[in-house]
Amino acid sequence: MSDTIEIAKATFLNPFGLQESDLNQTLAKIMSPGGVDDADLYFQHTHYESWSLEDGRVKDGSFGIESGVGVRAVNGEKTGFAYSDDISLAALEKSAQTVRAIARQGQSQSVQAWTGMQTGHQLYQALDPLGSLSQEQKIALLESVDVEARKQDPRIKQVMVSMASSRDVILVAAADGTLAADVRPLVRLSVSVVAEQNGRREQGSSGGGGRTEYDFFLNQDRGLEYAREAVRQALLNLEAVDAPAGNMKVVLGSGWPGVLLHEAIGHGLEGDFNRKGSSAFSGRIGEKVASPICTVVDDGTLSGRRGSLNIDDEGTPTQVTTLIENGILKNYMQDKLNARLMGMKPTGNGRRESYAHLPLPRMTNTYMLAGEHDPEEIIASVDKGIYAANFGGGQVDITSGKFVFSASEAYLIENGKITQPVRGATLIGNGPDVLTRVSMVGSDMNLDKGVGTCGKDGQSVPVGVGQPTLKVDGLTVGGTSA
Amino acid sequence: MQDKQAYLDAIQLVLDEAKAQGASACECAMGVEAGLSASVRLGEVETLEYHQDKGLGITVYLGQSKGSASTSDLSADSIKQTVSAACGIAKYTAADECAGLPEKDRLAWDYPDLDLYHAWDVQAEQALELAKECEDHARAFDKRISNSEGATTSSHRGNHFYANSHGFIGHYPSSRHSVVCSVIAQDEQGMQRDYWYTASRNPKELESMRQIGETAAKRAVARLNARQLPTGQWPVLFTPDTAIGLVGHFIRGIRGGSLYRKTSFLLDSLGEQIFPDWIHMDEQPHIKAALGSAPFDSEGVATQSRDLVKAGVVQAYVLDTYSARRLNMETTGNAGGVHNLTLESSGHSYEDLLSQMGTGLIVTDLMGQGVNNVTGTYSRGAAGFWLENGEIQFPVHEITIASNLKEMFKGIIAVGNDMDHRRNIRTGSILVDKMTIAGE
Repeated sequence: MSDTIEIAKATFLNPFGLQESDLNQTLAKIMSPGGVDDADLYFQHTHYESWSLEDGRVKDGSFGIESGVGVRAVNGEKTGFAYSDDISLAALEKSAQTVRAIARQGQSQSVQAWTGMQTGHQLYQALDPLGSLSQEQKIALLESVDVEARKQDPRIKQVMVSMASSRDVILVAAADGTLAADVRPLVRLSVSVVAEQNGRREQGSSGGGGRTEYDFFLNQDRGLEYAREAVRQALLNLEAVDAPAGNMKVVLGSGWPGVLLHEAIGHGLEGDFNRKGSSAFSGRIGEKVASPICTVVDDGTLSGRRGSLNIDDEGTPTQVTTLIENGILKNYMQDKLNARLMGMKPTGNGRRESYAHLPLPRMTNTYMLAGEHDPEEIIASVDKGIYAANFGGGQVDITSGKFVFSASEAYLIENGKITQPVRGATLIGNGPDVLTRVSMVGSDMNLDKGVGTCGKDGQSVPVGVGQPTLKVDGLTVGGTSA
Repeated sequence: MQDKQAYLDAIQLVLDEAKAQGASACECAMGVEAGLSASVRLGEVETLEYHQDKGLGITVYLGQSKGSASTSDLSADSIKQTVSAACGIAKYTAADECAGLPEKDRLAWDYPDLDLYHAWDVQAEQALELAKECEDHARAFDKRISNSEGATTSSHRGNHFYANSHGFIGHYPSSRHSVVCSVIAQDEQGMQRDYWYTASRNPKELESMRQIGETAAKRAVARLNARQLPTGQWPVLFTPDTAIGLVGHFIRGIRGGSLYRKTSFLLDSLGEQIFPDWIHMDEQPHIKAALGSAPFDSEGVATQSRDLVKAGVVQAYVLDTYSARRLNMETTGNAGGVHNLTLESSGHSYEDLLSQMGTGLIVTDLMGQGVNNVTGTYSRGAAGFWLENGEIQFPVHEITIASNLKEMFKGIIAVGNDMDHRRNIRTGSILVDKMTIAGE
């Protein structure tokens, strides 16, 4: 998109008197003395804002700007990295000099010529969401969400609403001939409520977002729907009894419960862990790691989704990568470094939190394709177990394969029927075999609403997950009721 | 730091500009940091990262309305624009009678030098050499150490500034140096990973590379051949690095933000007995060179030593200026968190605790965020060891431990003297009488 190219040039080059040839020459300073396999420059300019409401009033707001450039040199498995919040030829040259510390003795390498600036897919527009509503309209939106939550039920005692947006402009120039830019809008709205009844207090929360503008929350009354959903969860939790403890059949809801896939198998299939042999999935491509009804993909190409990117942070266009097909492990997710070292192709999964962080193989939107069962049929097939409809976050130890994720809305299933809501509980399992126990997959594939953030090596990036309703024939549920 | 005057000038410009733009009050915080991280994996250099960060955060008040903005660009133009952005927000936020700067007399007008900065002139080569030495010790420790996630030496130094329109300007330099090592042990049953680290403000106080490497290796090997446990109720012993989380949940429960929003399981706990009557907890922000020390909090309020729990009874909350006003109380100097919060030991050694527990679960690793601050419901993934008659029987994993924090606090039987000094919260091992373990 020409917009993106114009914005990138106007952000990083023109104001600082830099030309594309300066980037090329900086890369040449890293490459040409020899002993370096690849090098890249990552320019970033982000501006963001957030607004928050409590006690019925918007009392806090903030705005910020971050910009800088990260410079990387790669030699085999070695990486040299420096960054600066000063964008100038002098700063680039200083960083270029610094990162050569990892160079070996070697032959001079040339910088591949680039053929114009690439912008990848067109999954979202080069928008600036901060200005997409007036300040008055933003405040009115937050207040309407608060009013909607409070009017649902007198037991709602506290409502907290926060809304944030950002516009991230990036430009990547690499010695391998990559020159690419992207303009990434992102909005998010979250609601959290506290309900009180007879001295018992419970929380409920909801939210959503994507790579778009604030009117996303006005369309289809999405903001108000988040308010109603948060209230529904809080009121439900007022009735919840202690969760059971032990290994049992678990039916997972569609949508955000796909965090199961993110933790149980997603991280374990990131290229860096597999190159190093530290993942429980290392060396297992071609093996059966799930029941034949499971097909799981990582898809960075969904229009407007929080986890989607036109190009990844190394300039590679994102793609749909099949991780598991009919139960067989097919592919890993790769950035350039790990793909090269493993003799594979980059998959558009090289992502970084900012210019001040190194890229790593990361997920985009990770989900399981729909199966053939009606969700009600799946519940009806369980004599005794739990139905976990919604979750908070999760975590995985990729080496042992053990993963957890915490249910925020769950019910007992007795004789094929949902009976009682139960308190939140953590579920724990083993990544490499949990999907082998998936015995039914629903026809109701859904993606999450767009608030997911994934952490790895201290770096946070926005991601998406999704799945249809599915049944796992044995998972450990961490309640207190024996 | 040679540029100190430039930073002070930038801060003065913020205060002047805020006044000029009509702000009735203003505060700003600035952090300037530089450092190096050097990683080695399997004996070879892996990454060499040079860090250089600066950030300026500004909050302005227009009457009782508040707005904030931040930037990393300290040019005069950028500062003016950032102040203007903050004022632009404050024009739209609702007035709040509790908003505003701390009371003038609570600021740290005469703050102590806490010896928080210790230079370490470590160059890339030496940092890599140390990391390599550490990892070498780990890899040589046991044949079953089959792989490594590497070892990293980090050295960071920084300067922290805070100023507000009461005329207060405080700043102090600090440093943090660390070495961390993470290795993988393998046998026919599979792989297990564990890590260990040393961290200090003073590089001379870092533990030996042998100590760190061998501890990481020992921990990874000890986890091999782990199994699940049957579901049931047992005593649980949290080792210091996991016990810190338990104390952290208590602190979160008595934080001002959770209390005035009524999102805490410890509402109205002031003066209440939450722990057994021998439990004592205090905060000591002025320990020289300690990692959790600070002369003033993130609002410039003087920090001071105080008791949080005495004889099991909550003595004070953890408050910043805003939450204190919401609760009709006074700030406790905890904007930004607690400083060297210490849970006093009951005098038992780790070995004493093992024999006292007899049969139960030792937790060395926790997973997930399954703690509900509103209800105190606790349910987390765990790994560790099964103990019978005071003797470790086998490693365990893929289990959860669950209870309610209030019951867990009341059920603390002993606190070990094996204090972990590497974090802001300091505690030894904690023995809890009973939790539900879910497994097979």
